[in-house]
Amino acid sequence: MGGVSATTADPMRARTWPRSLTRVPYWVYQDEDNYRAEQERLFHGPFWSYLCLEAELAEPGDYCATFIGEQPVLVTRDEDGQIYAFENRCAHRGALIAMADHGHARDFTCVYHAWTYNLQGDLTAVAFADGIGGNGGMPPGFCMAEHGPRKLRLAIVHGLVFGTLDNELPDIEEYLGEEILDRIGRVLAGRKPVILGRFTQMLPNNWKLYAENVKDSYHASILHLFFTTFGINRLSQRGGIIVSEHGGHHVSYSAIDRGQQADDEYSRQRIRSEGEYRLTDPSMLDGFSEVGDDITLQILSVFPGFVLQQIQNSVAVRQILPVGVDRTRLNWTYLGFEEDTEEQRLVRLKQANLVGPAGYVSMEDGVIGGFVQRGIAGAAGEFATVQMGGDGYSSSESRVTEASVRGFWQVYREALGFEVAEKDDDA
Amino acid sequence: MTDAKTADAMTVIARAQASYVRAIDSDDLEAWPDFFTDPCFYQITSADNYRRGLPVGLIWADSRGMLKDRVSALREANIYERHSYRHLLGQPAVIAETTESGVREVDSETPFLVLRITGDGPTDVFASGVYIDRYVLDGSSALLRSRAVVCDSSRIDTLLALPL
Repeated sequence: MGGVSATTADPMRARTWPRSLTRVPYWVYQDEDNYRAEQERLFHGPFWSYLCLEAELAEPGDYCATFIGEQPVLVTRDEDGQIYAFENRCAHRGALIAMADHGHARDFTCVYHAWTYNLQGDLTAVAFADGIGGNGGMPPGFCMAEHGPRKLRLAIVHGLVFGTLDNELPDIEEYLGEEILDRIGRVLAGRKPVILGRFTQMLPNNWKLYAENVKDSYHASILHLFFTTFGINRLSQRGGIIVSEHGGHHVSYSAIDRGQQADDEYSRQRIRSEGEYRLTDPSMLDGFSEVGDDITLQILSVFPGFVLQQIQNSVAVRQILPVGVDRTRLNWTYLGFEEDTEEQRLVRLKQANLVGPAGYVSMEDGVIGGFVQRGIAGAAGEFATVQMGGDGYSSSESRVTEASVRGFWQVYREALGFEVAEKDDDA
Repeated sequence: MTDAKTADAMTVIARAQASYVRAIDSDDLEAWPDFFTDPCFYQITSADNYRRGLPVGLIWADSRGMLKDRVSALREANIYERHSYRHLLGQPAVIAETTESGVREVDSETPFLVLRITGDGPTDVFASGVYIDRYVLDGSSALLRSRAVVCDSSRIDTLLALPL
């Protein structure tokens, strides 16, 4: 385990975590042992992971095959109308219980030996349990109730289904805190989401590089030209970031500042993103007030790997899933709402061009993590520096800050149980 | 539809598609919108979304202007590693043909395989799928009124920048 002191000969010794949250050791994106520790301590640990949308389980019998970290999970709606989740792994030999990502079933029968589970994940039948003609079969003491996939604890927040394998973890409301809960509610409360489509983006980098990128409001209008040129998001717009009390969750938002003149801050900083670029068909940006306020951008993350995004009228949830130390699966689910007019639906389809694997404002996020992953090869002993906006992780009205990135590492280093250095070498 | 007419439609469409993929693969993206009528419809989606009737696209455009904007964004705005495609198309299957007010329209489907070469390589299989098209035919010219690029997989490696 990284961070635990060991003998001088042990390379793990180098993995004590820096005291200052402004330093992030590069090995954390590279190390296989650390990756395995994350599966256990984060994804199977005391954290709520996003699983799917309630809207994906509209009818009794609907199910979703999803993941908590690397682990396959089934989320179902049973005949009683309730949602259940359990490991997607047969209690017999470990095969997947269901293979389709989204489907409908009355029960699940493992294809290997036909062990059958109900929609709540209880084992209900074992093929040839009594043998044939008095021969074979399970031993008399075999009890089906003692065999079954582990069940997850579930929580539903404004139609978002979260799950955990930890029974001690506080309720989701306490986990998120009031501010984050309110901001989820701002986009989703009282509305019924409609799935407009799904894509999966395979990222050539460690999952944390993407998680950090989401929280990094500093890069948004520098790397992404589309944002700045069309006034979707400028750091000088009215807005701010909210970091949850413990650091793990964040919201970055901006609103149209109706009083403000166009500023020249970007050209003074000689930032590439001040362009002369104009659209031939600007109808793509003709949006509407998403929920009746002036906020045109709200990016919200929940530790460890959930994102809710409103970029103008493009609303989507993103699920960040590690699939290897340098490979990440990013699931995009695009949303509309039942109350949408035809015109509003058209706006959403047009503005979906802004996001996703081909998105005008998110395309770069697909490569930037890979650039870092490649850039840090051979630099396991070096550190990233995240000093923008100080060394803490409190909310601020400025988005020129890396506070929410530092908040992520505060929660992360504690969860992984690293030893924190008494003093940083060159601090 | 007579066999001769079908053969003729196939030829015209195959010729138009050969030019279409040549424009993309040889980095002549500025020519790409000209393969469409205006207005038009262009979408890149997955077989799963398509089958379920889920309307969103990785790219979604309903005007030639939106296609032009894609090209200028790729040229002027977006950051991505230099890469190129190699499109390999199957034969277009002519599904249906209509003529209304003298305008001849043909529905066709063409399977594709796209290899992507990032930097100097390697050559990776990037996408396979089918173009589900409606062409407007006028003599020997064919313009796309609608193209749904339906990728067999829902997974996109890293990003999708250049059109398919």
